[in-house]
Amino acid sequence: MALVGRALLILGLAVALYGIGASLYGARGGGPAWVDSGRRAVYALAGVLTLAFAILEAAFLRSDFSYSIVASHSSTTTPAFYKATAAWSSQEGSLLLWVWLLSVWSSLVLALTRRRLREIAPVATAVLLGFGSFFLVLTIFFAQPFATLAAPPPEGAGLNPLLRHTSMMFHPPMLYSGYTLFTIPFAFAIGALVTRRLGSEWIAGTRRFALAAWLCLGVGIVLGARWSYTELGWGGYWAWDPVENASLMPWLAGTAYIHSIMIQEKRGMLKVWNASLVLGTGVLAILGTFLVRSGILDSIHAFGANSLGVPFLALIATMVAGSVALVVSRRAALRSEHRIDSIWSREAAFLLQNVLLVGLAFVIFWGTFFPLISEAVTGTKTSVGPPWFDRYTVPLALAVVALSGLGPLIPWRRVTMAGLRRELVFPLGATLVALVALALVHGVTAEPKALLLFCAVAFTLACVGQEFWRGMRARQASAREAPPVALVALVRRNRRRYGGYLVHVGFAVLLLGVAASSSFQHAQDVSLKPGQSARVDGFTIRYVRATSVPSAEKISLGAVLDVSKGGRHVATLRTSRGFYPSQDPSQGIVGRFFGGEAESQVGLRAGLGRDIWTVIAPDLTPLQGIVNEGNRTFERAMAGLTRGGKPPNQAAVDQLFALRDAAVAAVARRFVTQPWPADFRFIVSPLATWIWLGAIVVALGGLIALWPAPLATRRRVGAAYAARVARELARS
Amino acid sequence: MLAVVVVVVVLVSAPLRRAARDGDAAGGAETARDAADAAQRRELEAAKEAKYREIRDAELDHRTGKLSEQDWQALDGALRAEAAQLLRALDRVGGPPDGEPG
Amino acid sequence: MNPSRKRRIRLVAALTAALLAGSALIYTSFSAGSDERTAGQLLDSAVPGRTYTLAGTVAQGSVRREGTVLWFAVLDPHRRHVEARVRYTGLVPDPFREGRGVMVQVRRSAGATTFVGEKDSMVTKCPSKFQVAPPGPAGSSSA
Repeated sequence: MALVGRALLILGLAVALYGIGASLYGARGGGPAWVDSGRRAVYALAGVLTLAFAILEAAFLRSDFSYSIVASHSSTTTPAFYKATAAWSSQEGSLLLWVWLLSVWSSLVLALTRRRLREIAPVATAVLLGFGSFFLVLTIFFAQPFATLAAPPPEGAGLNPLLRHTSMMFHPPMLYSGYTLFTIPFAFAIGALVTRRLGSEWIAGTRRFALAAWLCLGVGIVLGARWSYTELGWGGYWAWDPVENASLMPWLAGTAYIHSIMIQEKRGMLKVWNASLVLGTGVLAILGTFLVRSGILDSIHAFGANSLGVPFLALIATMVAGSVALVVSRRAALRSEHRIDSIWSREAAFLLQNVLLVGLAFVIFWGTFFPLISEAVTGTKTSVGPPWFDRYTVPLALAVVALSGLGPLIPWRRVTMAGLRRELVFPLGATLVALVALALVHGVTAEPKALLLFCAVAFTLACVGQEFWRGMRARQASAREAPPVALVALVRRNRRRYGGYLVHVGFAVLLLGVAASSSFQHAQDVSLKPGQSARVDGFTIRYVRATSVPSAEKISLGAVLDVSKGGRHVATLRTSRGFYPSQDPSQGIVGRFFGGEAESQVGLRAGLGRDIWTVIAPDLTPLQGIVNEGNRTFERAMAGLTRGGKPPNQAAVDQLFALRDAAVAAVARRFVTQPWPADFRFIVSPLATWIWLGAIVVALGGLIALWPAPLATRRRVGAAYAARVARELARS
Repeated sequence: MLAVVVVVVVLVSAPLRRAARDGDAAGGAETARDAADAAQRRELEAAKEAKYREIRDAELDHRTGKLSEQDWQALDGALRAEAAQLLRALDRVGGPPDGEPG
Repeated sequence: MNPSRKRRIRLVAALTAALLAGSALIYTSFSAGSDERTAGQLLDSAVPGRTYTLAGTVAQGSVRREGTVLWFAVLDPHRRHVEARVRYTGLVPDPFREGRGVMVQVRRSAGATTFVGEKDSMVTKCPSKFQVAPPGPAGSSSA
């Protein structure tokens, strides 16, 4: 079967290469039949890769250790859910996932646009298949998912326990969907530049795909942050880790693009900027994939240096060089039709927002690649940490949030000062009220940056709230509907605008959560025995009892904690640390069960007001004595069974292993019966939940903005306006 | 495996076989001028849709108080004139297309 | 002032602001960064009081816990038998173990040979696969 899998990949490569040729030939005058054939090549590729991926998944699910990556990333004791996700925990499997997702999304997009964008689509098809070919070459020659072992081991190494979480099912596929979806606007932009067709049709045809890409990547990023917060044992959600940054950069560039493209749509301006931006976003998406997979930067995600670095760099260099060449050679077609009339216009606001976002992306880029830059300049690898990132990104983010509130208030082309004053009365008033109210809250003024951010958030919420209110009233004035109905109708008829406003609200709320949970966090490291308590931020956390749960997969030593405030019970937290067995026989028959990977299970009580987070780190040193004794005892027994060179009695061996398992469980049980002090970290983060709630609102807003109006409405609206415009024509 | 290869080849070559079958009757592919006209028409259609959306947005801006009466009249007039231009251009190229809105 | 002149002035002002901001960024990154050093380099030339990033592998048998303090030694990848001892408090990442790659911010303490790790600054390389141990004597490789 592995051979079939490999053959499918080679077939896929052949189909992709054919598709490139057919599309380009068709575009150059060979006719629509060749273009269709090229498009069908994409469909065929999706089908072939789906089969290949299915074969790989099947191998994982049945624990077929003849497959090299199944042996090194899964085991028979891995739960079925994680067997499935283990497929993309490996380098090879994740590359296959990437190219499979690329083929699926490309098929979808090309099917949706098969009657439109007739000149651009063939070139875009060729570009997308080009990416597919690149990744397929990697999977066929460099990192082969279907490589087999001559002597399959009886048991696999198992999935890294850090990856045994639900998020593993969603975070990588979502992130990869985001990356692959961003290659689609890139491909269509290349097509548009090559054919010199950067007009309304191109914008209308590709806008949604850029938005979908943005949405997917954003969700992927948030899922990663959520995973970090709830599953990893450090209590944070963002560490400015190179791999995190790698996903954030294309997202920021994508956010800038979906805004600035509106300027081109309305005024035919900023064509060079938009083209560069969308091409840059595609480059950053590939760069992001490269950073995760090549190990070129030290990161908690780094999977080790390997041979993929050079091919990726070549691809990125080609993309950059090609993009620059195209933009330069097509600059005549990219000339602006208008100029910005006034600095006090929505165009200017969008431009400022773009500059801020690109500036943010640049800061992150610089900080992420700084070790390499400094090595090139000074010879030493120097890295900058989260404080440096925070220093520059926080002010920029603050400006972006405030602008997301102010921008919608400014009309296109030019705003009058009187008009602006009228618009700003309520938001500024609300902000002032918020400022005063917050200043009165104990301790807030000690954190001026957070206070400033709160005010920016208040301003934005007020601005957007005003927009919704006024829109609803305007609708009621003409349609005489009840407020909720009017609101829904308003949003339904202006999805782009109000969906976008909802995104701004969500983003402001998200930043509110970030500011509050970082600036006003209380953390404490303390060592407790059962019965002892710690005080954190007004809460009393008592270590009630220890827990010990041995299972085939791991041994969990943990604690049950009681959280109370002012004598009243608030929450019960459960946290534990799982110790996985190692395969290393030198650790001893009993010791092996405590010597493998360890993984923390976080105890989290989330709330609208604050989150209480805890993790336990029990030290195993007190068990060392009895473990050593256990090792000796069982080794002697084992030696006794194999004495004389005869093969041991199987029943006796089984009995010995049963005794060993009981002994291991008994040793683990000591944590409960004779507990020793365990290290805890407690963190109380105010308003942390609003980060996730804000993200949900962003996603919702994005979906609304993305949702196409029903066909009938569009036709009706089109016809009505055609009629009215025609009347003007008749009059003129 | 062989079955997969066959399916792929059949799928991918279908348009070519169909084109070869239809042959040169009806000119096979559109002539270059037809293609250019169709492309121009689609572009104008898309521009027209975008212009309509702008007119609607401006009206909404006016009704929510962002644009004064005076500013809105000026803007609306300008946008409608631009839309009228697009409609005229569309007429020149060959009328409304196959009924598929932007 | 005619519009095109105004536009040009705005463009120049914006570019200048961007250039200044960029320079500030670049300058502070060089001064705020912490240099990556191997164990040997630290032992030879670490300036007391300055923070460095120590990168290397955790030496086998060097890990010791005393209450909330973790002691371990980091090997130099290029020079054998050269290791730097670190006294670390704070969060220890889950993948931390002997023989694994680690990066930690350290400072040289007055008593020259040990280094004090900055709280919570440890990052461990997260391996995505394990070494598959060769099958041992009959029975000992069952899970």
